[in-house]
This record gives sequence, C-alpha cells and structure tokens, in this order.
Amino acid sequence: MKLRDIIKALDAELLVKLNDLDQEVTCAFGSDLISDILHCTQEKTLLLTGLTNPQVVRLSDMIDLYGIIFVRGKRPSPDLIKMAQERELPLISTMYTLYKSSGILYNLGLRSCKITHG
Amino acid sequence: MADYWYFQPEFEERTLTFLSQRYEPEDTLVFTIKERDFIDSGNASSTIKNYLQKLGVKPEILRRVAIAAYEAEINVTAHTRGGKVKANIHKDFIHLMFSDKGSGIKDIEQSMSPGFSTADKVMQEMGFGAGLGLPNIKRNSDMLHIMSGENQPTCLEIIIYFGEKILPDHGRSK
Repeated sequence: MKLRDIIKALDAELLVKLNDLDQEVTCAFGSDLISDILHCTQEKTLLLTGLTNPQVVRLSDMIDLYGIIFVRGKRPSPDLIKMAQERELPLISTMYTLYKSSGILYNLGLRSCKITHG
Repeated sequence: MADYWYFQPEFEERTLTFLSQRYEPEDTLVFTIKERDFIDSGNASSTIKNYLQKLGVKPEILRRVAIAAYEAEINVTAHTRGGKVKANIHKDFIHLMFSDKGSGIKDIEQSMSPGFSTADKVMQEMGFGAGLGLPNIKRNSDMLHIMSGENQPTCLEIIIYFGEKILPDHGRSK
C-alpha cells in the first residue's frame, strides 16, 4: 500500500516534507509501549501510536520504520518533526483512534508485520 | 552486591575465555549518559549501530546490538543518576559496558521477569514501563552480566558476536 493512499484513507496530514509518497508500505504495527515495539517487530514496519515524545523517533534509529502515524489527533512538537525531517522519516497525524485507523488499513489489505510471540 | 550471568550456549566457552583474559579491543567508543535526558537518550546506541554498519556488520546483528544497547541506555537515563557506556569493538564481537552512579537494582532476578517494571508515571507516559527492558537485552545478547545491589552502582555488560570476522588480524578493514 502506498504512503499517499494511507494518508488519504485515514483523512490524515503529512507533517514532514517528502518527495516520495509512492513509497510502498508492506506491513504495520500498533502500540504505545516502546519495549513492546522493539520486542515484537521482526521486519520493517509502519508504526501506529499515540506516543509523541522524541523517543518514538529514536526508535527508527534502532529498527527500520516506514513511518509513524500519530492517532487520536495527537501532534508531536516542532523539535520532534525536525528530528524526523533530518531522517526523512514520514510522520502522519490522523484524528482517528488507534483501533479505527488499524481497522481501516487492515480492511484495505495492509497486513500486520511479523511479530515475535511471548 | 549480586551477580547475574547469562550465556548463549553456543558462545559460552569463547566468551568465558575472553572474560578470563579481557584482551584489548581494536577500537573503543565512550559516551556519557545523562540522568533523565529523554531527548538525547538513544544517541549513544544509534552512533554505535552506525559505526558497526560502516564496518560491514550484518543488518540482523546490527538490529540486536541496537535494541540491547538502547534498552540499556534508556535504563541508565531513567533509573540512575547518570553514567556512561563504553563500547569495545573486537574483530568479531562487540563488548558493551554500561556503568552508572546508582541507585541500583534491588532484585535482579525479579527485574529479569517480563512484565516487572519500576517505571514512574512520567516514564509510562513516554511509552516505557512494559517491563521488557532487561528481557529484551537478554534476548538479543550472547552474554549478559549484571552486577548491582540496592543503593549501589550498576554495571551491565553485553557481548554480541558478529558471526564473522569484520576486522583483519592487523588494523582495521575499512
């Protein structure tokens, strides 16, 4: 699923300047717990979260992220946006909840990323 | 003071040999980790990851080093009065040593059990406190050693093998 289609489906706003909105996103994961995200994800993933502190961008330094979708209308600080811009990391903000956003994307065929159980 | 040891069985003998000799690394990186600095914390781990990436370490190993280092770095930021990390880079493994100024881990075994957390409200709001920090470090490490006690400094050592020799016997390859 292309980034531009995800933004449209979630009636969302792109918070960083990006040249390539046709980037293909293959899977997604949703969580508000940093260690859960590090523990579970096994492949490059799109992250849906309510977290808006700088550590969520730091995460993308450790594991590969296609981008971050902030749910429930949350907006990160200008400093965080700058950190993401430097990394060319897509940041997207939607008014929809984590549940609704995930449901919409799942129905459109965006699968869950491979995860580690336990 | 209490000691906790974990060895990945495949590498146990090699690791014990190294620990008994503690020979000189090819290179060393040192970073200061500040107490409660949740803006910059993670910087040491990503710098170490990028350094290894330039040396040609495989992506799956980089991911393990990054996760283990990041969880340990966040622990120093969140739970201590500050400290440092020393990354010793050897020919075919990395040896990370985190040390801090306290206030220590009361019960290491308990801290190793998934779900156990002492994160405060501020940390929880930032997404920490899943109780997976130390378990995540262990899962990604070939050796984990923790030395700590209540109101004591903590020393946490990690060894992760690259699975191949990335540096030649004399000097650096890249």
